[in-house]
Amino acid sequence: MLNILIIAGVLFIVLTIAAGLIFVERRLLGLWQDRYGPNRVGPFGLTQVVADMIKIFFKEDWVPPFSDKPVFVMAPAILIATILLTFAVVPFTSGFNVLDSNIAVLFFLGNSSLGVYSIVLGGWASNNKYSLLGAMRASAQMLTYEVFMGLSLMGVVMMADSFNLREIVEAQRHGWFIIPQFIGFVIFLIAGIAETHRLPFDIPEAEGELVAGYHSEYSGMKFGMFFVGEYMGVTLISALIALMFFGGWLGPTFLPPIVWFFLKTGVFICFFILLRASLPRPRYDQLMSVGWKILLPLALINILITGALLLYFK
Amino acid sequence: MFSILRSIWYTFLHAFHKRETILYPEEKPYLPPRYRGRIILSRDSDGNERCVACYLCAAACPVDCISLQAAEDENRRRYPEFFRINFSRCIFCGYCEEACPTYAIQLTSDFEMGEYYRQNMVYEKEHLLISGEGKYHGYNFYKVAGVDFGVKSKGEGTNEQPPVDVKSLMP
Repeated sequence: MLNILIIAGVLFIVLTIAAGLIFVERRLLGLWQDRYGPNRVGPFGLTQVVADMIKIFFKEDWVPPFSDKPVFVMAPAILIATILLTFAVVPFTSGFNVLDSNIAVLFFLGNSSLGVYSIVLGGWASNNKYSLLGAMRASAQMLTYEVFMGLSLMGVVMMADSFNLREIVEAQRHGWFIIPQFIGFVIFLIAGIAETHRLPFDIPEAEGELVAGYHSEYSGMKFGMFFVGEYMGVTLISALIALMFFGGWLGPTFLPPIVWFFLKTGVFICFFILLRASLPRPRYDQLMSVGWKILLPLALINILITGALLLYFK
Repeated sequence: MFSILRSIWYTFLHAFHKRETILYPEEKPYLPPRYRGRIILSRDSDGNERCVACYLCAAACPVDCISLQAAEDENRRRYPEFFRINFSRCIFCGYCEEACPTYAIQLTSDFEMGEYYRQNMVYEKEHLLISGEGKYHGYNFYKVAGVDFGVKSKGEGTNEQPPVDVKSLMP
């Protein structure tokens, strides 16, 4: 019974945050670009979310006749499913998680790799050259960044001696992992941005070049699922950064642990939005060469040094 | 690398800048008097219509949104029988105002003329003609130029020299 409540709670929280981010992002972008953003509907424009939801639910859900229909319909669902599945292993506080898994980090990495299928299949099934180009870029980008996203976390895993996210957080009771694992943090952050294909790494979408990339042909709630999936991905990466490097729910006791967790997550969500407000999109080949030539060796060196130091002080 | 961090920081500092947006319906922007908005027809200081129905505005209009019909009153003074501007076509270029020899047609700084029905965008003369002089006060075309319609007699206009007596040798 409690488990079902927790599942419902996690679903509710994640979906609410993802929907709320549509509004928050527009307001924050407005703030950083010296304008207001949506401020008309309701107090401070808060019910803009509701208006957007109603709009997107009632839009015509058009499946192009030239598309590969079953795959086209399935693709957005894969994205949502993989991200929601990953939230099953994310502990909000020490007791508040769906699944206390011993392989949580691996589960997250595996699921985020599965998320690529959504984009590749979506772009392929659209039967549109821009979609296919976007999907191709997405697959290359995600494969590249998947590699050292996993490697950047291995330092943390070695220090905590566990793949379990709860134990990783508990291991940070005497100091956050951001300090010993600063390189790992930076690499994970960059890989996380690329993984959620947010700006500045939104090369699969690249609306300046590829119309809307892999979801050019999507409309209505199918597009909405890609859209909400992106925000859920941002939430997921922010939550993981908070868990792995910033001590998760640990914090001074004047606030309950769950508030600390959401505060830390919120800071990183805002940072993602700040990145979008400030940085231009790099060229596709630049992104790949930075990934393979700089970040991958850095991640490997980070593992090497962490391992050597851990062995030395053991 | 440093420039990326610097641009992120500078963008963050914009959180403390003043917002540039003018919240329009509550807060109106300042529009200069020469703003090109809704078109009006003005009257001169005596309260007569300035328009002499010369068709120059209709000829100058690049989108052909002005139509009018000239007529003459009992003094044989020309005036427009009807004057119609289709604002759904008008591009507010101001060429009609430039073409007008009598300052009759003028663009004002009013732009709030949205309508639900396209037909309502067609303004007739009674909608266009205002009771005032618009931007150019104290100007009366017939006092400066033009033929005698009782406003001034020959040679008595502003900046006008009396007619030369061609039959006299004296300067």
